[in-house]
Amino acid sequence: MLKDKDRIFTNIYGLKDKSLKGAMARGHWDDTKGLIEKGRDWIIAEMKTSGLRGRGGAGFPTGLKWSFMPKETDGRPHYLVVNADESEPGTCKDREIMRNDPHTLIEGCVIASFAMSAHTAYIYIRGEYMREREALQKAIDECYDAGILGKNNKCGWDMDVFVHHGAGAYICGEETALLESLEGKKGQPRLKPPFPANVGLYGCPTTVNNVESIAVAPTILRRGGAWFAGFGRPNNAGTKLFCVSGHVNEPATFEEEMSVPFRELIDKHCGGIRGGWDNLLAVIPGGSSVPVVPAEEIIDCPMDFDSLRDLKSGLGTAAVIVMDKSTDIVKAIARLSHFYKHESCGQCTPCREGTGWMWRVMERMVVGNARKEEIDMLLQVTKQVEGHTICALGDAAAWPIQGLIRHYRPEMERRIDEFTRNAGGTSVLEAAE
Amino acid sequence: MSVRRLAEDDVQPAAFRFNEDNAAWAQQTIGKYPQGRQQSAIIPLLMRAQEQEGWVTKAAIESIADMLEMPYIRALEVATFYTQFQLKPVGTKAHIQVCGTTPCMLRGSEELIRVCRNKINSQPFETNEAGSLSWEEVECQGACVNAPMVMIFKDAYEDLTPEQLADIIDKFEAGEGDSVSPGPQNGRHLSAPISGLKTLLDEDKPVAAKKTSTQKKTLASKPAAAAEEAPVQDDANRPQGIEKPEDADNLRLISGVGPKIEGLLHSLGIYKWEQITKWTKEERDWVDGYLKFKGRIEREDWVKQAEALAKGGAEEYERVFGKKPR
Repeated sequence: MLKDKDRIFTNIYGLKDKSLKGAMARGHWDDTKGLIEKGRDWIIAEMKTSGLRGRGGAGFPTGLKWSFMPKETDGRPHYLVVNADESEPGTCKDREIMRNDPHTLIEGCVIASFAMSAHTAYIYIRGEYMREREALQKAIDECYDAGILGKNNKCGWDMDVFVHHGAGAYICGEETALLESLEGKKGQPRLKPPFPANVGLYGCPTTVNNVESIAVAPTILRRGGAWFAGFGRPNNAGTKLFCVSGHVNEPATFEEEMSVPFRELIDKHCGGIRGGWDNLLAVIPGGSSVPVVPAEEIIDCPMDFDSLRDLKSGLGTAAVIVMDKSTDIVKAIARLSHFYKHESCGQCTPCREGTGWMWRVMERMVVGNARKEEIDMLLQVTKQVEGHTICALGDAAAWPIQGLIRHYRPEMERRIDEFTRNAGGTSVLEAAE
Repeated sequence: MSVRRLAEDDVQPAAFRFNEDNAAWAQQTIGKYPQGRQQSAIIPLLMRAQEQEGWVTKAAIESIADMLEMPYIRALEVATFYTQFQLKPVGTKAHIQVCGTTPCMLRGSEELIRVCRNKINSQPFETNEAGSLSWEEVECQGACVNAPMVMIFKDAYEDLTPEQLADIIDKFEAGEGDSVSPGPQNGRHLSAPISGLKTLLDEDKPVAAKKTSTQKKTLASKPAAAAEEAPVQDDANRPQGIEKPEDADNLRLISGVGPKIEGLLHSLGIYKWEQITKWTKEERDWVDGYLKFKGRIEREDWVKQAEALAKGGAEEYERVFGKKPR
């Protein structure tokens, strides 16, 4: 298990002093100016050394992303936008950062903005996180009062951090939809290219990063990229906030080393599976968008990007949804299909129409009111949605169903058989008499 | 995608204006965005309008569009696109938003929805007869480790049982919503494991030490309050404990008793259902205070639950309460 001294989020449960003073006592905001004085190139090089991969789901290397920003400004301002629109079902890690350890994020904003020559950062927080928004705003106000944000601040880099919020649209977690929403429009994703690093918020160079990616940056720079790279397997470096929900004895959010085996994760932090390990049915290891993995495949799998990709799933946001044998697995996935149907922005036809279609078929699959060839048809439709939309929501809607069919086709067929038998049941009995 | 329309004209008020505080706040919010980009403020402004009026009226949308110098259609697009905006009136005392997405569903959100259907209205977005309550099923609210949960106004009520939700709804209807503390309702701290911290223990020590010193201070200054917080264990009303018997009962079958509470009960020498059935009112109050339960023992009627369990185990419980003990 990760040692407490190696944890970045030392107040993730909010049991300690959340104020600026408390954060400083825990080592945050320590010589931020010194880090900035080491220069842009040093910061980006160190972030690359650390091997940090974006914590928002896609796992794109953060240092590399920062390096895409233009080196010289052409007169347009640069922006940092922090994606705090945490809406992926299963995910609730950034919430803890913002309400309990907000100074990690604010300090990260200063450093990341410096590294990309931005003087303004917007934190786009989901509309439902109202108390979290208040906590974050309070922490930002404290920083302005203490002179570490604003013009001519003590960090040596003029910096404004603003909190902006959404109003309940999952799609705004997609980076270009988020930018649209921040500009005061419907959150419909933009075609890429141009990429936000060239044409982003208000047509200016912009980088969008997840809360956790930004919040770990100051500690990485203080302790050195090599320290962070020392955790986890190669190419999957670092520590990570996991949030385990569903059928474990003690659901919880906690920070753990990457590549920790699933069994250890559950036994050490979550008091085991409800009803014991034999009762485990399946796990969705990275938020609702990644395909489900059956128990026997995941139990000894290291929890990181590459290992889970090898299981045809993904680490996503490290939101682990555990399902025991009492779960109606088809219904659980059908509910996710409803989620994607509800959250499709309506821009691309395959997604707008496909998500609704897939959900309706899934609802019939739950009771078995279908024909077996419709399972193949459903699979085919998921393939037609996947990859044919502007953003990844179409893919995200397709993958859970593909995972279900891959692993639980016999269960789906059993339901169809049972439904057919029951539907014809009475007449068959009468004939027999 | 969700298709959403504005409310009928007959419920739309004629005009809208921000009250003084909100108007000042709105100007400040517009100032967060660069010159000429004031349109960015539309979501925060509409949200503030909803907080002020209870829902987003057509007049509010148009008035805010004027403030931000944007065409009405762009503002209407935003108001109908984002599902957090209520486009028709909701319950005046509470609008219950039950999360129904898979992580919450796995832990029993369907039961919570049933409570809402029974207590408020069989249909979402429709108010009860008095017009004071309404409910809807929402998609993931981002509190999955605390599932199942509901949002009411700005607060999340987490780790709920159907009984607790019914109780919370009653409180809001009685206008006593403030008396329910938001957050987890099963005694755990935020997203930490229910049996206590498993990480961040090393660094906790100095803080824990500090806590004791402040506790001492409160003891000195406010003895009564401190005594109420932590009742002394050898109090006269403490129920009689026993040695751990061979055939200890599973106390967790009682709704309201989790692994943590069971551990605490064991530490008091409570191992059998029968023991709980014999608690007097004073003893119940003592245990309630000891567990810092604020009356949950009475509310969840542990005695009746324990009686059923002692009489005929899980079967009798199911007969009496119409559901399986968990």
